This record gives sequence, structure tokens and C-alpha cells, in this order.
Amino acid sequence: MELYFFLFFAIVAVASSVAMILQRNPIYCVLLLIMVMISIAGLYLMLDAQFVAIIQIVVYAGAIMVLFLFVIMLLNLSREEGGVFRIQKPLAVLLAALLFLPVAAMVMSYAGGGTTPPADGGGAGFGEVEQIGTLLFTKYLLPVEIAAVLLLIAIVGAVVLTRKGTVSVGE
Amino acid sequence: MIPVTYYLVLSAVLFLVGATGVLIRRNAIIVLMGIELMLNGANLSFVAFARQFGMVDGHIYVFLVITVAAAEVAIGLALVILLFRNRGTVNIDEVRSLRW
Repeated sequence: MELYFFLFFAIVAVASSVAMILQRNPIYCVLLLIMVMISIAGLYLMLDAQFVAIIQIVVYAGAIMVLFLFVIMLLNLSREEGGVFRIQKPLAVLLAALLFLPVAAMVMSYAGGGTTPPADGGGAGFGEVEQIGTLLFTKYLLPVEIAAVLLLIAIVGAVVLTRKGTVSVGE
Repeated sequence: MIPVTYYLVLSAVLFLVGATGVLIRRNAIIVLMGIELMLNGANLSFVAFARQFGMVDGHIYVFLVITVAAAEVAIGLALVILLFRNRGTVNIDEVRSLRW
């Protein structure tokens, strides 16, 4: 039963992501990527990562992808024009195939791995918000603070970059 | 119980599809979306390993990766808007000069 759920989410994720990189219309690309995000959230739920699954849906599918959609609609992009770099497609496929080799070698090197959940059932309350919150504010306090500063920099940077009139690029 | 290798294969496939998307697309926004797909592939391995070893630390890393992705998207899309305003295109083939 669990395997069927895994296969369902995996097939939806892979099919949507392949359709995404082949899709010409940017808005359909965004919607397909949201499909990928939601199926990955389903996989997170199967891995007992409830907090991460909710974050995935709220932050990724809800906020980040809406930002993409907003920018695409703001710029009114409907179709992608051709480029000047003629051999890009074959070269890109070749490079991606080359990248396949190290990634496949890495997965193969882990072929003897265990199962999820582990055979002994794992610890009780695994992946619950309490456990994650405790770790976030004790062991990982410094990374969380750095992430907060990073978000602040991103907010200020985005506002400064897109403010009209003051940034004189090109004029 | 699902072998953790299945999750690793799926995460590798998502990573490679994302990388292919970054390489073959010319629209700067779609390239950013390919990077998001690669980050999601990596996150899936983190969560799968966290479940296998029974350690929640992997979830914290996913949390931090999502934070960095949000910051990256905010700055990246601001740059795309700036590019469109100055050049009238988001085709990355058209953006070849180091200075205007």
C-alpha cells in the first residue's frame, strides 16, 4: 500500500517536472512546478516529516511560486523567443547526461541502505513540531539567526533593486 | 517500508531534470524555477535520510534550504524585473555584455 502511494507521488512529480522544462508557456511552467511541490509534500508526509510538508506547501507552493506567477504576469511574458546560441539544446542534453554519471554513481554507492521508516520503527514522535522547535532554538540557534539576517538582506535587496529612479543602470 | 534507495533515485531524477531545465531553457524565470527543482530534489534526500537514521536534524537543514531558496528567489526575480526594465527581454541569450 505504502509503495503504491510512493509510486503515485513519484510518477506525478517526475512527469510534472519533465513537462515543466518542456512547456513553452511560463504560466503553465509555474503551475506544473506547484504540482511537483505538492507531490513532494506528500512524500514528506510519508517520511513522517509533517512540519516540513506543511512548510513545503505554505512557503514553496504558496509563497515562492505565487511570486514567480506574479512576476510573469507583471512582465506579461507569454512565449519564449528563440535565442542566438544555436547548439544550446544538444549541448545542454549532453551536459545533463554527463551530470547523470556522478549522480548515478553516488546513488549506487549507497545501494545497501536501510528502509524508511527504519526496521525498529524509529523513535516515538519523530518529526513533530516540538522536536524540531527544540532543535531550532538550541543546537541550531546560530544558523537560524543567520537565516533571519539573510531574509532581511533579501527583503532590503529586492526593494532597493526594483525601486524606480534611484538605481541608474544603463541611463 | 520503502527502501531509502527509492527516495534517493527519485531525488536524483528530480535534480537531473532541474539541471536539464536550467541548461536548455532561455527564459531567465524558468532557469530560476529549474534551480528550485534542484533544491527540492536535494531536500528529498535530506528528509529520507532523516527518517532512516531517526534524526530530526535533516528537517532543520531542509528548513534552512527553503529559507535560502526564498531569499534567492526574491533577489533573482528583482534582478529579472530590473533586466526587463532595462533591456525589454528576459531571454538570457540577449544578455551577453558585462556593461551597458
